[in-house]
Amino acid sequence: MTASRSSLRTSLRYRCQLRQAAAERRAETHPLTWRLHDDNRPLGFDEYLDMDGYAAVREVLGRQSPDEVIDQVKEANVRGRGGAGFSAGMKWSLTMKGEGIPRGYLVCNADEMEPGTFKDRLLLEQQPHLLIEGMILGGYANNSRYGYIFLRGEYVEAARAVTQALEEARAAGWLGKDIAGSGFDFDIALHTGAGRYICGEETALISSLEGSRANPRAKPPFPGQSGAWGKPTVVNNVETLCNVPAILRHGVEWYQGLSGGRSDDGGTKLYGVSGRVNEPGLWELPIGTTGQELLDLAGGIRDSKALKTWLPGGGSTGFLLPEHLELPLDFDTVGQYGSRMGTGLLTVVTEEQSVVALLRNLEQFFARESCGWCTPCRDGLPWVVKILQSIERGEGEQGDIELLEDLAVKLGPGKTFCAHAPGAAMPLQSAIKHFRDEFERGISHRARAAHEDPIPVGEV
Amino acid sequence: MNSTAATRNDATIATDGDAFVLHGDDRRAIEHELAHYEQPQAACIEALKIVQRRHGWVPDGAIPAIATVLGVGAADVEGVATFYSLIFRQPVGRHVILVCDSSSCFLTDYEALYDALAEVLGIRFGQTTSDGRFTLLPVCCLGACDRGPALMIDDDTYGPVEPDDVAELLEAYA
Repeated sequence: MTASRSSLRTSLRYRCQLRQAAAERRAETHPLTWRLHDDNRPLGFDEYLDMDGYAAVREVLGRQSPDEVIDQVKEANVRGRGGAGFSAGMKWSLTMKGEGIPRGYLVCNADEMEPGTFKDRLLLEQQPHLLIEGMILGGYANNSRYGYIFLRGEYVEAARAVTQALEEARAAGWLGKDIAGSGFDFDIALHTGAGRYICGEETALISSLEGSRANPRAKPPFPGQSGAWGKPTVVNNVETLCNVPAILRHGVEWYQGLSGGRSDDGGTKLYGVSGRVNEPGLWELPIGTTGQELLDLAGGIRDSKALKTWLPGGGSTGFLLPEHLELPLDFDTVGQYGSRMGTGLLTVVTEEQSVVALLRNLEQFFARESCGWCTPCRDGLPWVVKILQSIERGEGEQGDIELLEDLAVKLGPGKTFCAHAPGAAMPLQSAIKHFRDEFERGISHRARAAHEDPIPVGEV
Repeated sequence: MNSTAATRNDATIATDGDAFVLHGDDRRAIEHELAHYEQPQAACIEALKIVQRRHGWVPDGAIPAIATVLGVGAADVEGVATFYSLIFRQPVGRHVILVCDSSSCFLTDYEALYDALAEVLGIRFGQTTSDGRFTLLPVCCLGACDRGPALMIDDDTYGPVEPDDVAELLEAYA
């Protein structure tokens, strides 16, 4: 009995697993994952060192100027892998630094909570030294005094791996005073969160790091001008920072070449697939890989069902159709089709699954996770949920779809401090656009409003 | 798996505002955290987590006690404590079950898993079994979407968990 209990626990225990075997992964083609073991073991410090680890730090610190580092990252065109796709080099070039400006902070956003996203976990759990190396280089480029890894509280394995890696790096002199004899001082602390999706928004993350409620802040000033404790602060996603060491080691041209003409963006991407597919998973592939290639790698849809729709990169991206499977998944291309690449992890919806029900689930998530700071978000999202619930029950009213469309506009960009509400509006807008008939089927009173005012105005 | 017989251990609910004393180790752990940040308020979330590790939740009296150590207002600490979903301001069970209810787990039918949990435990989201063993809560996408439906029990993440697995899996948590 005990044996069977422990074996069930063991067999069900979640293990983050890249779906490419070590034999397929090479340093020249898989900069993020080539070092990883096949059996999910974290890569040891010595192993990392033996495989060119911290070589970029040794090569760059004290030998290249921070501006030279920024120029290379800018030229490589590393787009923010947290989902926004903003150029990391551009962000770094906008950080205030120089005479009389205090040194600030480099914050790694490891608050991975976007629905359908399970990529940063891999790097955090299995190769934390790559992230630390990327952060040292980012700290150097931005003249940061100190780094933080803002990790979601539920990533317990990752916290263990990162804590150990920070100790190893510090003991070996890669963190602390005068790193590698360069005169550059930099250290990193792990900051674990306590829940709430909104902490992944960069200004809310800063509020949370400062020990407050995770309310976002208006921009400008941008964090690069005034972030944590009013100091210049750079916030980058885990995967973004993990791209940096290889760029500085192998050069911009090599990095640009990784996408092999599929995309104007350079590098590789951690792509994934979840939902009712035969073999869901995670892969490091050239940026610009198509949805169809990913769906094929995932072994197609279970029970030979057809694809109805898909989200290209998390709950805050727009629904796409089967015809969009041929598009290269990069930031600019997906942006032209009413969606965003987001995190690049596909959520697959099959023919028998209801778009209205899924959308209701997504909007419940956004309503629950709203921090409540801005009125359209705090009050609008529960309203959206209520309407969707009634449509799902077949009790929608005439005008509900138009009302949802109107709400989507009012939740859109520019109406709130942060991108939470616009993120909720995108799947809403695109679901209605592509699947209006499903919404119409949930409306029971086609002729007139169900709840016509029971007391006619003027007759009381 | 019948959770209704026993009553909650008194020790977990007896702490009220007046009686709370911050444990010396916890105070030192909080003071140690201060070194990582430019201002003491930043250690607030970690301080709440330190107290929660000892007591299972954050008792009322811990709020002013933490505020005193950090040198900030008690209302600020309470504001933070009530904002974050993994800080518990009321007693929870010995084991906390976090069920992912986000999109990928929705598409792989977390609802059937939730129904099985609710049936076996006799509680719904937000409730604790009367023997004080389990609390059931929803959680944001656990980042285990390739193996949905997923859940966490204490520090352990599992997936995919079938409804039939529930009773046996829970037996491992006394």
